[in-house]
Amino acid sequence: MINEIKIDLSNIKLMYETIFLTAPDLDQQEYEKIVSKVESTIKDGGGEVTNLEHWGQKKLEYEIKRFNSAYYTYIEFTAPGTLIEPLEREYRYNEKIIRFITVKVEKHHAAFNIKRRELGFGKKKAKG
Amino acid sequence: MAYKKDKGIGPTAQNKISSGRNAKKYCRFKKHGIKYIDYKDADFLRKFLNDQGKILPRRITGTSLKFQRQLAVAIKRARHLGLLPFVTDNAK
Repeated sequence: MINEIKIDLSNIKLMYETIFLTAPDLDQQEYEKIVSKVESTIKDGGGEVTNLEHWGQKKLEYEIKRFNSAYYTYIEFTAPGTLIEPLEREYRYNEKIIRFITVKVEKHHAAFNIKRRELGFGKKKAKG
Repeated sequence: MAYKKDKGIGPTAQNKISSGRNAKKYCRFKKHGIKYIDYKDADFLRKFLNDQGKILPRRITGTSLKFQRQLAVAIKRARHLGLLPFVTDNAK
């Protein structure tokens, strides 16, 4: 009986969050283009963006690709697990993205994220 | 001899006064009911690093094993994102 049940992974949506750093020498237009491209990648893969934060330019603790600062963008989204591969491929192909991380949001993390949004922890960081 | 051995383990009232370190260590995550350690909060994670940028051991911070493991992951993620240093040069 159990063997008959087939699980289609592309239907199960999970929560993820991702941060990517873009080079500081971009102008506003180029930056927005990158953000919208990432957003559209998520949507095309059957995902949904639940929260998007622009942390703005931050100083790096160490040099990354000869940059001393970078623009941080934080996105929370729900998506099937199959989306992560094309998303990270997109990050790697884009030369203007210097670092990225994608994390699966689990039980306590999800509770923390809701609280974080309510209390506006991220708000103290400059928006724009 | 048995008396000497005991001296090292149990902090008797006299021991506490003489050592000057009578504050008992505790796990701050357990005490405050923190269940998830955020890797994005670099200022908080910095409390668990020494001046060189190394992760402090449990025997100094008093963190429980469960949270020390989570903490290490959080610090490593923050380092990857350039929020925390891998090494800090003190000679500067």
